[in-house]
Amino acid sequence: MHMHKLERLWLIIGSGALVVFLLVIGVNAFAMGHTPPSDRDILDPTQVDLTAPFDDPGLKKIGDNEYELVLVAQAFTFQSNDELKIPEGATVHFKVTSKDVVHGFQIPKTNVNMMITPGHVNTITHTFDEAGQFLILCNEYCGVGHQAMGVPLEVIK
Amino acid sequence: MMNQMIVDRNDAKLSMAHLYIAFAAVLLGGIAGLLQTLVRSGTIVLPAGIGYYQLLTAHGILLALVFTTYFIIGFFYAGMSRTMGKFYDQPYRLGWLGYIVMTIGTVLTTIMILLNEGTVLYTFYAPLKASPWFYIGLTLFIVGTWLAGGAMCHQYYIWKKVSHKKISPLFSFMAVMTMVLWFVATIGVAVSVIFQFIPWSFGWVDEINILLSRTLFWYFGHPLVYFWLLPAYVCWYVIIPEIIGGKIFSDSLARLSFVLFLLFSIPVGFHHQLLESGISPFWKYLQVVLTFMVIVPSLMTAFSLFASFEMAGRKKGAKGLFGWFRALPWKDARFFAPMVGMLIFIPAGAGGIINASNQMNQIVHNTLWVTGHFHLTVASSVALTFFGIAYWLIPHLTGRVLTGKMHQMANLQTILWAVGMFFMSGAMHTVGLLGAPRRTAYTTYQNNPDALGWMPYEVAMAVGGSILFIAILLLIYIITDLAFFAPKGKEDFPIGEVAEGAEKTPSILENWRLWLGIATVLILVAYTVPVVHMIEHAPPGSPGYKFW
Repeated sequence: MHMHKLERLWLIIGSGALVVFLLVIGVNAFAMGHTPPSDRDILDPTQVDLTAPFDDPGLKKIGDNEYELVLVAQAFTFQSNDELKIPEGATVHFKVTSKDVVHGFQIPKTNVNMMITPGHVNTITHTFDEAGQFLILCNEYCGVGHQAMGVPLEVIK
Repeated sequence: MMNQMIVDRNDAKLSMAHLYIAFAAVLLGGIAGLLQTLVRSGTIVLPAGIGYYQLLTAHGILLALVFTTYFIIGFFYAGMSRTMGKFYDQPYRLGWLGYIVMTIGTVLTTIMILLNEGTVLYTFYAPLKASPWFYIGLTLFIVGTWLAGGAMCHQYYIWKKVSHKKISPLFSFMAVMTMVLWFVATIGVAVSVIFQFIPWSFGWVDEINILLSRTLFWYFGHPLVYFWLLPAYVCWYVIIPEIIGGKIFSDSLARLSFVLFLLFSIPVGFHHQLLESGISPFWKYLQVVLTFMVIVPSLMTAFSLFASFEMAGRKKGAKGLFGWFRALPWKDARFFAPMVGMLIFIPAGAGGIINASNQMNQIVHNTLWVTGHFHLTVASSVALTFFGIAYWLIPHLTGRVLTGKMHQMANLQTILWAVGMFFMSGAMHTVGLLGAPRRTAYTTYQNNPDALGWMPYEVAMAVGGSILFIAILLLIYIITDLAFFAPKGKEDFPIGEVAEGAEKTPSILENWRLWLGIATVLILVAYTVPVVHMIEHAPPGSPGYKFW
């Protein structure tokens, strides 16, 4: 099929830019470990309270300034047995599941953002380099109280 | 050939029946939208027990499904009748049957939303469980669209047989291609609703596979956006060149871009599920790559359109590198509204590329940025183009004319829309980057400082929403005038001609078996392994919840 020479040029430049975008994203994702949250662990969504580690959700120190924060999302809160206070510079591995419907898990001012689907576990890691008040909020409609579903997270000096 | 210049009277009635419902939905959906922006900014509290999320469900269904689908089908019937001639008996009757089935479905679903039995938003993610009648209404709506698509395909089939032509008129080809895309796409949501949601909501089965239901939804949900966009492309490719006194740049490249949309708009649904468990990063990335392929036909479209504009402008004697731009008929409402839509599509499309960029999605997923994005794409580029079509299509079908005064009103409408959207969508994009979630009622999260910082943007959204609502009222005034009160006469149904010297269209572009075959292969490649995994390694399913 004949194509105008300027159109060919336009498409070559456009498609070339596309290939570069995709390569950058691909290398960043797979070679530099920035693939989006895609945990494959599953559990019975009706038995969350009886399934480890969600039977005792909360903050666990697992290394030098490194923590695992296990949370159970449910309408309309994120359940934890510990206060959500972590020291500055801490690396936190969030491990979350849902007891009921689909929820979102997002911390504004960070790149922490993932879907919490019942029956599945999802995980994401973030290092809090600066002290301050953070907010964990649900960003997926989960019912009439969805707008109330947020808990504070404090990073202390 | 005189009879082909005007849409047949009966076909016009069928088309108009769809357009009435489309614009009624705009008014109702617009009221819901206005109220949402006022609630979210803390300006008002809803009276009489109406819920924010109930309004949000109504807004999504009325505008994203009812307005778009009725308008598209009505527009296609008219255009096919204009380019292929009067509908034959069988497809004509099928068209009315489709209209009736769609409308029963729409009414049923709307009643369920009003009764607060379907406050699950228009994406109806399980395990939030609506009344079975909500899902049955949606099913009837989809079945009705299948009958409509069937009517168009049947008309096309008979036309080809009778005319012995290898190449159909460009408008009709594009209409049929859009409906074929719709058939393939809706299979996903239909399977999910019929085999998962309806038995579960009646209580015949206790549990539902969440991830599978979401995957089937998004198998449909992304091509859905191309189902909205392609009819706008029909206007940009086929109709705008005639309005500006130009020619279609290339018939074959126009068809090729539609073929590419069929191939690459479906095996890409995972880019809506990038942050979900249970799907491996490899399959997500593969679908991101396929998603980016649709950028190629979009670049082709952009080139063709601006080539048409430049050729038309130069023919009128425009000089210099950009003189042709000023020579365009900016005062013609039939041109101005779609052109503003096209210009808005440039930032809108760029935003879409950001959304689909694999891990970059983490920054914007489920924030108001996304809401801002589709208010530029579907609610500006597509909506303004549809309004621009209505300005000549409705008087054409009702035997009236678009007067100079109405041109001015319509141009004012377009300007109000662009200004309102600048405030609303601009604020949504910005506050989304700051982290404000979408689909959320008024909240400060117990006076959290970050959330309090979002309030000024939410007020700007309400200002934009109010301007948009005024624009909707003006639109309804114009549409009502054109349908019932404008002076009697003849309004053109513009259909562009192909530029002289453009190459003859190869008939391979109408080889449906070939394109559907390739589309099927791409879908199977992109989905088979992850879907089998979803079924084989599924956790126990979820019971339903009614949290509203």
